[in-house]
Amino acid sequence: MVEDVERPDPDVLLRQMQEEAVRQRRGKLKIFFGFAPGVGKTYRMLQVARDLLVDQQLDVVVGVVEDHRRPETAQLAMGLERIPPREVSYRGRVLQEFDLDAALARKPQLLLLDELAHTNAPESRNAKRWQDAEELLDAGIDVLTTMNVQHVESLNDVVAQITGIQVRETVPDSVLDEADALELVDIAPEELLSRLAEGKVYLPAQAQRAAQHFFRRGNLLALRELSLRRTAQRVGGDVLGYREAHGVTATWAAGERILVCVGPAPSSARLVRAAARMAAGLRCPWVAASVEVSPARPLGEVGQARLEAHLRLAESLGGTLSRLSGPSVHQAILAYARRHNVTRLIIGKPTHPRLWDRLRGSLLEELVRGSGDIEVHVISGSEEAALAPAPLTRAPPRRSAYGGAALIVGVSTLATLLMQRALSPPDLEMLFLLGVMAVAVWLGRGPAILAAALSVASYDFFFVEPVLSFSASDRSYLLTFSMMFAVGVVMSALAGRLRRQQQEAMSREERTAALYELTRELASTRTVPEIAAIAARHAIAAFGGRAVVLCLEPSGALRPVAAAPPEASLEPRELTSARWASDHGAVVGLGTDTLAGGQALIAALAVGDARLGALALLPPEGRPLTLDQRALFDVICRQTAAALDRARLAEEARQAEVRARTEELRSSLLSSVSHDLRTPLGTITGAATSLRDAGDLSPTTRRELLESIVDEAERLERLVGNLLDMTRLDAGGLELTREWVPLDELIGSALTRMERRLGERPITVALAEDVPLVHVELVLFEQVLINLLENAVKYTPDGSPLRFTARREGEGVRIELRDAGPGLPAGEEARVFEKFVRGSQAGPSGAGLGLAICRAIVEAHGGKIHAENLPEGGACFVVALPIGGAPPPVELPGVAP
Amino acid sequence: MSERERGALVLIVEDEAPMRRFIRAALTARGHRVLEAARITEALTVITSHHPDLVLLDLGLPDGDGIELTRQVREWSQVPIIVLSARGREDDKVTALDAGADDYLTKPFGIDELLARIRVSLRHAQRGEGGAAPQRLELGELRLELARREVFRGEEELHLTPIEYKLLVLLATNAGKVLTHRQILNEIWGPGHAHQTHYVRVHMLELRKKIEREPARPKLLVTEPGVGYRLRDRG
Repeated sequence: MVEDVERPDPDVLLRQMQEEAVRQRRGKLKIFFGFAPGVGKTYRMLQVARDLLVDQQLDVVVGVVEDHRRPETAQLAMGLERIPPREVSYRGRVLQEFDLDAALARKPQLLLLDELAHTNAPESRNAKRWQDAEELLDAGIDVLTTMNVQHVESLNDVVAQITGIQVRETVPDSVLDEADALELVDIAPEELLSRLAEGKVYLPAQAQRAAQHFFRRGNLLALRELSLRRTAQRVGGDVLGYREAHGVTATWAAGERILVCVGPAPSSARLVRAAARMAAGLRCPWVAASVEVSPARPLGEVGQARLEAHLRLAESLGGTLSRLSGPSVHQAILAYARRHNVTRLIIGKPTHPRLWDRLRGSLLEELVRGSGDIEVHVISGSEEAALAPAPLTRAPPRRSAYGGAALIVGVSTLATLLMQRALSPPDLEMLFLLGVMAVAVWLGRGPAILAAALSVASYDFFFVEPVLSFSASDRSYLLTFSMMFAVGVVMSALAGRLRRQQQEAMSREERTAALYELTRELASTRTVPEIAAIAARHAIAAFGGRAVVLCLEPSGALRPVAAAPPEASLEPRELTSARWASDHGAVVGLGTDTLAGGQALIAALAVGDARLGALALLPPEGRPLTLDQRALFDVICRQTAAALDRARLAEEARQAEVRARTEELRSSLLSSVSHDLRTPLGTITGAATSLRDAGDLSPTTRRELLESIVDEAERLERLVGNLLDMTRLDAGGLELTREWVPLDELIGSALTRMERRLGERPITVALAEDVPLVHVELVLFEQVLINLLENAVKYTPDGSPLRFTARREGEGVRIELRDAGPGLPAGEEARVFEKFVRGSQAGPSGAGLGLAICRAIVEAHGGKIHAENLPEGGACFVVALPIGGAPPPVELPGVAP
Repeated sequence: MSERERGALVLIVEDEAPMRRFIRAALTARGHRVLEAARITEALTVITSHHPDLVLLDLGLPDGDGIELTRQVREWSQVPIIVLSARGREDDKVTALDAGADDYLTKPFGIDELLARIRVSLRHAQRGEGGAAPQRLELGELRLELARREVFRGEEELHLTPIEYKLLVLLATNAGKVLTHRQILNEIWGPGHAHQTHYVRVHMLELRKKIEREPARPKLLVTEPGVGYRLRDRG
């Protein structure tokens, strides 16, 4: 039917349909895109909004419109409903911020949100306005917004190169690409310049000078080209999408994959952006890889922080992260590239002197040599990258360490003086070096250098002619001195590195051990509070500080379930953040872009679509986690979520089973109950009417009739009682009102109530000494014992003995009732606990509910019941009951005698 | 058996006519006089006008709550009230007892049980009027010498802790009557411990081990499930 020769790839179609589905629920985003301030984006946006308001009767509300005191713009905005701004005081100033929650509550069809790249005031839920826009879209609200080309993340450094102005407010490319429509607002640069000259372009006072630099014709031309190209790329993307959807032969190089090598050097940020741009151009996935060479040369803290910043940037630009390790950088990268079918490699231009390459081998050269059919792109980096975070200063060695160094040199001098006679000069030098070595190992690098210097001085002073002066008669000693010093310094460096490596290895091992421990503990628990407690404990073991685990209850409430240390709690604001994180399956708070104000890092605990709760971590001193720690934190959260999910599924399965059993009961109930209720009623009616109507009955007959009435009435009473119990138990959601009760009392009370029916049977009760209080609902649990006794009375001969025993078994109590009756028929041991099953031996009738009730009650208490035949004859009914926590103390203080 | 125990004026507050009929028949056969009321309002009028010696009160009445009636009556009268209620309503029983009812009976009950409860309640009401505290209490083979704080079972002296002794005296002075956990906690430990029922249980367990011949099958100190304890007065 169509000329297209190929059928659409089903995977691509599926993706399209899924995107479509999400889109239908989501609002639509339209971006008015310009190349510089003043091109008329806001004006155009307002025009479009007015048209929609008039033509389509849409519900249009203004969230933010920056009219910058331009009368034409202000006039257009007049008459449109506005969300009143939220006032935020920050450092003494009152800022007017877009009120996201008010907008979400108002829920218009269309919302105008100027300046997509705006950075929100601190304490706001989202760090950036584009994140606000995402939330609005998620809520199904259409959004119109504006932005300039210099705010596009991947173009950020290109713009900086052109204009010399580094823009810090950026919007990820994905926002631009996923926007439903992009409208370029374009005017000729000349016109813009003339508008500027007329004062029609608003510029903040403090930006005047920079702006003058910015609004140069050359700059504007370049920016305009960039914006046109970016728009074209976006349009190209749309076309491509259409082609894929309609089966037109795909034009993209299938299977392209880009790998960019990221290091701590500031230029890496540029590489990351270049890779993101290239990947966007090729519409292919890309990976940012950092390599750890073993044995590792540790990065300084500054380097580490920079590397993490680069990786985070890559992640925010849509790249995947990969941390590689191997004997050398190029081997690790090439191995990964081959394994993952990487087609292009991006690497920075070397900036070090060539000599370096001669000595240590050139990474670039090795990569190019080994790359085979992988394309290698070499890109230069500008050194003054803006990404370098504030350098972190390492705590300098304490003054005492230097004192210690001096002391050790003193000791080696003394030792050398004492052994001067016995040793030759080279050995004396060795003694000093030994001292330096000791200082390097114990006290660190600075003190070691001091020790080296002091050793040289001391050696010169005490042992080199002329003794007791710093001059040396023999020039050749100068060489000795410098070598001593050099050896000392090198040794100190080596020792220091050794120490750091050891520390790192230890911390890595600790982390692995901690994770192993966490997994192991989680695997062995099944209840939510236990899981939560384990997670909280492990979180603070790994990061210090405080941790709180919140769980989502079936009612939808988010409740703190465990905290470590136990007194840790969350502030209302953090609870709100936790609520948000849990609802959105996100990580928020400290060190993230969302709700970053507080002291807590909060991650949702979720598995797939199942929201289970949140884990809040308050690191010590409010310090954000490093990327490594974040990775560990994520793992802890995932493990916890998986464990919680398991607990939830188990609970659901249990409930489903209860429901199924209830159904089963209802169906058999009617058939059985009608019979069992009518039988005693028949007897009673018959006996009573005989007494009333029959004239001359013998006293014996009268007595027999009366007794049968009483017996049958009592039987009816028991039956009704059982039915009521069963209904209550089966109604589901049985809330036990548990109390701590001594088992002796339960058994005693049951025996008392059964006193009359037990008659003169010999009954022994043997409770082990260590049987603790049990945590049960007294009336219900007594019923278990009564029903067991009734069962025994029913099925064992009168006068045969019964024996109650109880002892501790593991974490619970095992209660047994042994009888000396005929025992259970083989194969019926399990069936007797089912409803409406009566013992097949002859015996008084009943509804067959007694033992079923026992089972239901015991199981409601988390216990188990079963029956077995004893080898010596007779049956044994066994109740295994968990103790259910620690019994409370039984001594009351302050009892007056 | 005193005059009052034999020929008392008993008010039956019960909306079920067959139930009233059966109780009336049983009581008049034993020489009691009987008044009847089917509603709360009616009951209040009869109590104020006829001053019965005892009230049998069904908790589930059509025009209101028997517990509320108990509270109102207790504001101006110490007439013994025995509450009648079905099994499974233990909370109601406890509330009624704590509100001032003297005892309870679980429906269905035998007539001998009813008569025993009436006897005990009437005796306690009479003793309350009698004034002087007894020097000695005897319950079956138990003997409490109150002045000397000594307890004997037969000829054997029992050694009780101070709490156990206080518990036993409390139960013995109320022999035959049920005492709720709250009442016991209040008397022995003072107010403010009303929910620590496990204290009572543990001490009762110890007490039972000392006074019962066969603690696992108590004959004397029995548990009223979900309600409290009773020291049987017939041993």
